[in-house]
Amino acid sequence: MSNAVSALQGSTYDGVVRVEEIGLQGMITLRADLGEKPIATALKSVCGTKMPGQRGIESKGDISALWMSPDELMLLCPYDAANDVAAKLTTKLAKTHALVVNVSDARASFRLQGAGLREVIAKLAPVDMAPDQFGIGEVRRTRFAQAAAAFWLTDDETAQIFCFRSVAPYMFNLLSTVSRPGTEVGYF
Amino acid sequence: MSTRLATGGRLTDRDIQVKFTFNGKHFRGFAGDTLASALLANDQMVMGRSFKYHRPRGPVASGAEEPNALVNLGKGVHHEPNQRATTTELFDGLAATSQNHWPSLEFDIGAINSQLSRFLPAGFYYKMFIHPRPLWKHVYEPFIRQSAGLGRAPHAETRDPDTYEHFYAFTDVLVVGGGVAGLQAAKAAALSGAKVLLIEQTAHWGGRAPVDGGEIDGMTPEAWVDQTLAELAAMDNVHLRTRCMGAGVYDHGYVLGYERLTDHAPAKDTPRHRLWRIRAKQVITATGAIERPLSFAGNDIPGVMLASAIRDYVVNYGVSLGDRTVVVTNNDDAYRTALLLKSVGLDVPAIIDARPEGGGDLMQEAIAQGIRVEKGRAIGKVKGSKRVTGVTLCSQAGEGGLLDEIACDAVAMSGGWSPVVHLWSHCGGKLTWDDEQAFFRPDLDKAPISHDGAPFVTCAGAANGHIHLSHTLQDADTAGQSAAQAAGFKPKKSQAPQATAQDEAPLVPIWLMPQGAGYGLRSKAWLDYQNDVKVSDVQLAAQEGFESVEHAKRYTTLGMATDQGKLSNINGLATLSHALGEDIPQVGTTTFRPPYTPISMGAIAGEARGEVFQPIRQTPMHDWHAENGAYWEPVGHWRRPYCFQQSGESVEQAVHREVMATRDSLGLLDASTLGKIIVKGPDAGRFLDMLYTNMMSTLKPGKCRYGLMSTENGFLTDDGVVARIDEDTWLCHTTTGGADRIHAHMEEWLQTEWWDWKVWTVNVTEQYAQIAVVGPNARKLLEKLGGMDVSADALPFMGWADGELGGFPCRVYRISFSGELSYEIAVPASLGRAFWDRLREDGAEWNATPYGTEALHIMRAEKGFIMIGDETDGTVIPQDLGLDWAISKKKDDYLGKRAQERSHMTDPDRWKLVGLETLDGSVLPDGAYAIASGKNANGQRNTQGRVTSTYHSPTLNKGIAMGLVLHGPDRMGEVIEFNTTAGGTVKAKIVSPIFYDPDGEKQNV
Repeated sequence: MSNAVSALQGSTYDGVVRVEEIGLQGMITLRADLGEKPIATALKSVCGTKMPGQRGIESKGDISALWMSPDELMLLCPYDAANDVAAKLTTKLAKTHALVVNVSDARASFRLQGAGLREVIAKLAPVDMAPDQFGIGEVRRTRFAQAAAAFWLTDDETAQIFCFRSVAPYMFNLLSTVSRPGTEVGYF
Repeated sequence: MSTRLATGGRLTDRDIQVKFTFNGKHFRGFAGDTLASALLANDQMVMGRSFKYHRPRGPVASGAEEPNALVNLGKGVHHEPNQRATTTELFDGLAATSQNHWPSLEFDIGAINSQLSRFLPAGFYYKMFIHPRPLWKHVYEPFIRQSAGLGRAPHAETRDPDTYEHFYAFTDVLVVGGGVAGLQAAKAAALSGAKVLLIEQTAHWGGRAPVDGGEIDGMTPEAWVDQTLAELAAMDNVHLRTRCMGAGVYDHGYVLGYERLTDHAPAKDTPRHRLWRIRAKQVITATGAIERPLSFAGNDIPGVMLASAIRDYVVNYGVSLGDRTVVVTNNDDAYRTALLLKSVGLDVPAIIDARPEGGGDLMQEAIAQGIRVEKGRAIGKVKGSKRVTGVTLCSQAGEGGLLDEIACDAVAMSGGWSPVVHLWSHCGGKLTWDDEQAFFRPDLDKAPISHDGAPFVTCAGAANGHIHLSHTLQDADTAGQSAAQAAGFKPKKSQAPQATAQDEAPLVPIWLMPQGAGYGLRSKAWLDYQNDVKVSDVQLAAQEGFESVEHAKRYTTLGMATDQGKLSNINGLATLSHALGEDIPQVGTTTFRPPYTPISMGAIAGEARGEVFQPIRQTPMHDWHAENGAYWEPVGHWRRPYCFQQSGESVEQAVHREVMATRDSLGLLDASTLGKIIVKGPDAGRFLDMLYTNMMSTLKPGKCRYGLMSTENGFLTDDGVVARIDEDTWLCHTTTGGADRIHAHMEEWLQTEWWDWKVWTVNVTEQYAQIAVVGPNARKLLEKLGGMDVSADALPFMGWADGELGGFPCRVYRISFSGELSYEIAVPASLGRAFWDRLREDGAEWNATPYGTEALHIMRAEKGFIMIGDETDGTVIPQDLGLDWAISKKKDDYLGKRAQERSHMTDPDRWKLVGLETLDGSVLPDGAYAIASGKNANGQRNTQGRVTSTYHSPTLNKGIAMGLVLHGPDRMGEVIEFNTTAGGTVKAKIVSPIFYDPDGEKQNV
């Protein structure tokens, strides 16, 4: 829909890394026992992806499945497709104890780009960002300073972060603050 | 006088001059100087005044342990008190002022306290100011507060212009301390392949070794440090960090590092301090040792300094403390100071060695150099006031009988060394007394242990009690290897560096000099310089029964200053144990607590200041509110408009306008902050029946029901409207502040108690922008938007429907908290702002008026609806509020049911909810109590009720209130009195809490 706008409508900041609010992102929460076979089957047939392992990500085309907990997945898809994907999953899982909810509007998404992104994240999130400890394909639910968030790396110099929509301004300011030029740590 | 030597100063660069000021006077130093070394080079010996007696003080040390040389650093917004001159690196334009003096550093009125010192003994304040009692609060305390404290506190309105940040670092092995032990430990650990982080509090590697000499693998210590540093720098698994102090060791290998990035170069546009929040599998503390002062009369007179510090100033900065230095010692190490001073052409009139037999090789070397060595002797007292002029010589075994007087302008003292065990002790490491070396060292059998019960801290080198270079490196190598192994790596077998230094004869513990010193001398023998605690004070505390070291500490203030007793603790303990006739280990130590030295508040706050001080949650319509006069109210972490002020309008006028506009025609409320939780599953109905006091399982799809939640103790904790979405899905609305809390409450019960129930929950609070369209014209507006049937038949009161309004996909709830015809409409949050704009524009013909939380509160109060947090305070049960209709009698159980059946909860004397109307129409004060006759056991007026919420009702044009009153519902029409904030009382009539439209005709149209 043309009127739909993301929390910060694409704000950017260029510092040690480039901080960018990436606009509307389709997101679907799936609550279910991820170990149950019908869940994996539905995921495969609707999204085309395998069931991700612990803290893992599985992608197929423009859909990704992010492991959130043993009983929660976050599915990423184009914003306009979210209702459709959620409806299909709900139908597939009609006979299984599961809850599928479109939560696209509840979140804000950010992209960090630049060689210094591991350090920028390590200033805010209590996560070991060493390259041999946090690799591509792993998702981490954590906090960025005082806000709950999850993030993953899509390549060595790109990270994606999401948080609740209401704290999007805080998250953007936070990421910009710790990315100011001259704040490099030189740890990784 | 203290001065710059013609040559020397391995840390300074004489080609670069640095200008600075002290008390407004201009001085010059060299690059690499500390403030202390530069001041000494300019013969500015006195740097501050002591806390209690205002005695003139110069530096006694050269590093982090310094108690005396504290200064105010920086001007204006950069001003910071209590900065140690010994650890402040000099930079161009540095401005420092001395502390705790009036009118000037040179002449200080407060120094008269020193003359009165016999009248200011330990515990003086406790004894003096206890009677008469009222004087404490009104006379003594204000007076003492004014004279207390060393540096000047920053002005309350000052805003620190510097920036700070945190950094989360993870490592296998953290080594704290970059002396030779730390370097070797880091190397040994790193050779195993473990990740090693090595931090050093100063700007330089190598610690004391380059000053103290000796040989490591055939090299000078300095050359060995350079070589080892190069090796470490070349290893990918090693990270080195100077100006980064290990501040504290906490549970499970958590360590705080305090990095000072720009204190030495303030012009840079980088964070000033960075707090390293380190998780280490293993921690090695290679924190070295600190030399102890000796307790003799006048040991605080400027010019008396630790022997090792005098060496530091000569070797590191090319600065001498004086031309004629008397060395006084109980060990061999201090002879190094004498030999060094001699080698740079300075005079050493005597070495006073308290040991009857004197020392070993180093003594022989001193004698060979022609230095007079006095064995078995002591200093009787130091002569001079603002500067040492000489010392009297006496027998250590006697009472101070004068043997000789020696003229000098400096005294180098050494009472032995104490390993820096602070970081070992922070997280529970125990200590053991080493009789031979007379110090506490880490008890390796009682290390700090981690989650698995295994030790996670290892000590290395001098910090582990191996203070002689020949042992230090071997111990450090072992520590590095064992830490690597404990971290899960296989250490490489390697040869520890071979270090040699001259053999030393054993020291003899000397805790008072001379040992039979009378009161006159003892009362001038300082233990704690910063807080002015003397030998006589600790002895007095022991006499008065303060036998526990923790009590004696607090009574005398020993070790309680900003230096936390780094120099005074062991001497104080020894003095106390002697006074008690006990051994030192029996008396024990006080507790070592982080931080090792004070760290800045800014570093603790990190980036959290200004706009990122705290997350402020914003609804999709937040910007519109901000642009349209929102007078904000914090609700949880949200900001909600309390009202929207138009130009020239007061807050009260705005609220009044908003209420009237809504009651008369049409109001709009941003209700997005209300919690929304989806609950789904075959057991969802059963689950909600347990959570709510009323029945939710019987709700029909398409319908809404207001529900109450109690804690398991029966108290009302949240309320809200529940909508049944389909056969096994419900949507629960919570209060704004309750969304996260109630979601967590649900998950806790599902995960810990009812784990076998088939229920899933998702918190969708932020998925929707929710707008209440309220007032007699609400339906007209929705019909104008069009898209779905919102008629009374299609969407009756307490029904909901999915559909479209004006092209927006939405869910419409026909619910009302205002008593008016009302719809709450949820749209996806991304469409929230557009929908809000559309409602305002299309509603303009009915004067659609956005209203805030205060109008919301007033309208619900006019209807007698309770508000969580107003009518409830954690002690109120639903029955108190007359909500019995919302408590199911049919259910076997719900959370809080049994609690609500307990005798106190069913007591008919519990205060109950009523409406209150003042006779004079005024507004009752919030929280006011209704008075009753008589007084209680505490002599307080008895009460019979209290106001829970109170407003001026624009609709009724009078004050209305709700309150809890004893037997309230049975006393309708009765008049009771409430106290007021102005004094006196105001009369109010007990009425029904429903002031407006009691039959609900307006909301039901």
